[in-house]
Amino acid sequence: MAKITYIAADGGARTLDIADGESLMEAALANGVPGIDGDCGGNAACATCHVHVDAAWLTAAGAKSDMEAAMLDFAEGVTADSRLACQIFASAAIDGMVVRTPVSQH
Amino acid sequence: MATRAIDFAALHADEPPQLAAARAAAYAMPLAELDLLDTDLWVNDTHWPYFERLRDESPVHYHANGRFGPYWSVTRYADIMAVDTDHARFSSDAHLGGITAKDMDDDFILPMFIAMDPPKHDVQRKAVSPIVSPGNLANLEVLIRERAQKIFDELPVGETFDWVQRVSIELTTQMLATLFDFPWEDRRLLTYWSDMATADETVPGNPTKPEREAIMLECLMYFTKLWNERVNAPPTGDLVSMLAHNPATRDMVPMEYLGNLILLIVGGNDTTRNSITGGLTFMAANPDEWAKLRADPSLVENAVSEIIRYQTPLAHMRRTALVDVELGGKQIRKGDRVVMWYVSGNRDERAIAEPNRFMVDRARARQHLSFGFGIHRCVGNRLAEMQLKIVWQEILRRYPRGIEIMGEPGRVPSAFVKGYTSLPVRIPA
Repeated sequence: MAKITYIAADGGARTLDIADGESLMEAALANGVPGIDGDCGGNAACATCHVHVDAAWLTAAGAKSDMEAAMLDFAEGVTADSRLACQIFASAAIDGMVVRTPVSQH
Repeated sequence: MATRAIDFAALHADEPPQLAAARAAAYAMPLAELDLLDTDLWVNDTHWPYFERLRDESPVHYHANGRFGPYWSVTRYADIMAVDTDHARFSSDAHLGGITAKDMDDDFILPMFIAMDPPKHDVQRKAVSPIVSPGNLANLEVLIRERAQKIFDELPVGETFDWVQRVSIELTTQMLATLFDFPWEDRRLLTYWSDMATADETVPGNPTKPEREAIMLECLMYFTKLWNERVNAPPTGDLVSMLAHNPATRDMVPMEYLGNLILLIVGGNDTTRNSITGGLTFMAANPDEWAKLRADPSLVENAVSEIIRYQTPLAHMRRTALVDVELGGKQIRKGDRVVMWYVSGNRDERAIAEPNRFMVDRARARQHLSFGFGIHRCVGNRLAEMQLKIVWQEILRRYPRGIEIMGEPGRVPSAFVKGYTSLPVRIPA
């Protein structure tokens, strides 16, 4: 299990207990966490689950695939700490991770 | 044969006779003879059972004798997603035929970024995508709502009129004219060029190939004039100015400029138009859904996604295999045309529950294929959704009794643009 905190653009925070192996996008959708759309259902194919990973957790989040990098390239407001939430999977390694969701998933 | 007929009678008891006849034909014909590009299937809206059969019996299917040459049909949601996200092996390049089942004419290639592969695709897409940034969309929303309200204010009440002309075309044309800062009184040229760009010359009444090319060149001349006016002026937020000032696009050759213009005009035009029209027919056919939406207007954004799924305004997108690829147990060869049938994937029960039901409160309504997925996913999708949202908010506000459909819609004879030529409606007095 991993405790993941999602901070919305307006500052509101939600913390979820996510089962190992479930993506941060799926957990957000299943629990009504705002600010994540997940239009492609988790295939790194739409970039509507764009999140900013808090600096302390960026390495633990792992490396991006080529497809994720390609899709992020087209997203809005992308920075060095940008990831697609559908490509980050809960595990002990990221227990306590904090991610921020953008104003809109453009 | 008799047993099959009884099964279908039970399953499809409410089907209109034309669809029932198509269903019988779809299951009787040898699969090898099937050509989904036959425009009759589209103008009569009878393609549905053919796709059902393919999804079940031959989800990755080779048509050896298609009317424009051989091609593969991919009809299941998951396989379409796999092809759409595999741009390394499935090319969109115009020089290989482009993104429609019918090859782009190779003597009149319109280079547009939808029909390019990386790296050039990426550079050009990024030059254009700022037009639909969240900030720009917020500004556009104010303008679109004003325009929509004026259009609705002027609609006749208690008499039959054509929704396609008075609302769907008018609204999307005004939106496009705004995006391009196009001379307002000439805005119907945008509709005209969009329709001509996608017109199938084998359909009687449509322009011939040389006629279509001449029309495209007129479009180029008009926009070249706009370019020349704006290239030396300070940059403004409209698309022409953006293209003229961005280093990635300011040195485009004229045909590339025309290609990207046509992409944006077509992309922003009949797709949204046909979803606006389609939505009206779906609500009329599903009064319970209209009642749900009226009872809870906050469902409008979800309803918009469902409308876009149910309409699937572009029935397919095509790719060309760059290498041999195995898909669905079949061997696709390098150079083969591969057609992703979004209209079929959007009704695939393997991915979407009760796919043939129109449900305004459908869960995960955004997970449809209509905008495509991967690097070519529709760049204007939020703009389209916004226009549709505004239309439905206005309808909810003004017409609690809904809008009456007064006759059958006319449909576009195209296996690509899944749309309506006319829809007679009446606003109850």
